[in-house]
Amino acid sequence: MKTNLEYRAEFLNPDMPEIPYTTLNLGPTHPATHGIFQNVLKMDGERIVSGEQTIGYIHRAFEKIAERRPFYQITPLTDRLNYCSAPINNTGWYLTVEKLLGVKVPKRVDYMRVMVMELARVADHLICNSILGVDTGALTGFTYVYQYREKIYEIYEEICGARLTTNMGRIGGFERDFSPKVFELTRKFLKEFPVVWREFESLLSRNRIFMDRTIDTGAISVERALNYGLTGPNLRACGIDYDIRTAEPYCSYEDFIFDVPVGTTGDTYDRFVVRNEEIWQSLSLIEQALNKIEAEPAGVFHADSDHYYLPPKQEVYKNMEALIYHFKIIMGEIEAPAGEVYHAVEGANGELGFYLISDGGRTPYRLHFRRPCFIYYQAFPEMVRGQMLSDAIVVMSSLNVIAGELDA
Amino acid sequence: MDPLSHDQIESHIRTQLGDVFTIIPDSYGVFTMEVPLQQLYRVVQFLFKDEALGFNFLTDLCGVHYPDDQGRELCVVYHLQNMKRQTRMRIKTFVSSEKPEVPSLTGIYASANWMERETYDFYGIRFLGHPDLRRILNMDEMVEFPMRKEFPLEDPLREDKEDFHFGR
Repeated sequence: MKTNLEYRAEFLNPDMPEIPYTTLNLGPTHPATHGIFQNVLKMDGERIVSGEQTIGYIHRAFEKIAERRPFYQITPLTDRLNYCSAPINNTGWYLTVEKLLGVKVPKRVDYMRVMVMELARVADHLICNSILGVDTGALTGFTYVYQYREKIYEIYEEICGARLTTNMGRIGGFERDFSPKVFELTRKFLKEFPVVWREFESLLSRNRIFMDRTIDTGAISVERALNYGLTGPNLRACGIDYDIRTAEPYCSYEDFIFDVPVGTTGDTYDRFVVRNEEIWQSLSLIEQALNKIEAEPAGVFHADSDHYYLPPKQEVYKNMEALIYHFKIIMGEIEAPAGEVYHAVEGANGELGFYLISDGGRTPYRLHFRRPCFIYYQAFPEMVRGQMLSDAIVVMSSLNVIAGELDA
Repeated sequence: MDPLSHDQIESHIRTQLGDVFTIIPDSYGVFTMEVPLQQLYRVVQFLFKDEALGFNFLTDLCGVHYPDDQGRELCVVYHLQNMKRQTRMRIKTFVSSEKPEVPSLTGIYASANWMERETYDFYGIRFLGHPDLRRILNMDEMVEFPMRKEFPLEDPLREDKEDFHFGR
């Protein structure tokens, strides 16, 4: 493997005549960048010589805020990281705290979590891939499949009442059991969505224009991808079958049967195809989860402990123990052991990690979010070097960089 | 392939590099060691290049502030990973807040670039040898390092959220 210096030396040629380059500001607000990103590009005509990203426009100091909040109150912060798939972030945070507290949740809760996480993954990949279509000039496909994100949000709404920033679930389980309507809506989604998604796929995946725009744009080699810390679909598009759901199964993923799709070249087209295939795998996982939930004893939706799981609200009003526990949990008086936990989940765009240092107090001593796109967005200038300006837009879109997660 | 055991990692580093680390016990199953500042680059480079260990992926890098620990106020935590063996490990290095200088790992892992900038931005830890050590998330005009514990999130005179009110 090459070192950085050796790698860069290939691009430095002392004999090259001096060319007057143009500096181009792509962003901070640009209709094609889906969020507040600034890229200062050095251009040679329409080719990109080098790029420099500016980030931090929506930095909200979540790590600092988390140091003053009990574990329960940190969940809404995680919603706002990757807001396209908030339930994955919520669950990742619960799993981290549960690991610290040593909580064992029932199988049914695991399966319920898998169901919402995979729905979130479908929603996230759906947006990413359809927006990639928009950036190559195919708006129709996007408007067609976008209504199915709405259907997923209706399921969220039925589970927890919220749509985008879900704050779904609790430490130890869910706040309430899934209503029959949740299963009804999910079954309906599983029946209707594949038809639509197959149609969308056939619109783009063998489309001459789309293939010309995406094949060989923004490619990255396996070595560079690992060195740059790429994870998730972007790494798998390079050909590494690393998926935390199979490498370190959490939430009973080991009970499920699914494939981990990989690409070969790590270009934009491969990322598109890997995400498409992951949607199919997620749909199969949702179906398996639904069947598993039905096979488990009904009505179990949280781990059985008064110490960290909120008592039902009706009880709080008439029962003294429930009131005490309610007060203690809300005020953050969970008995948390001192220790350090790193827990990672397979987020929709990569490895979402939570590094939690607890000193036994009511709030974390330190909480660090390992945000996947903060780490892999560094590779962007290298991926677009020598390519056209319009390719930069497509590459950025296919990397699935989410501003909320990037800036934390 | 099976994950690397703690003993395997420990004995391998000890035979190859000698006594360059102290084991920190971790109750959650991650091999954790403290490496002195002078040895950090050498140890990480060894972990990266060594065939048997092959920790070629830098998962995470972040700072921690322990204001009461005299002479070792600031800590940098590295999470390394070997994807083939599905093994993670954690390296910690401590540095005083008087002279917070830590060797940069950008020569080994390209991904360290922004993570080190972030750590500098929030903790003021200077990474020696970093190609472009600037603030990344906060504005350039800022002079403080906001994640340090001396900057309270709320009014420091406010007492109603102190631990002693909650039986601790």
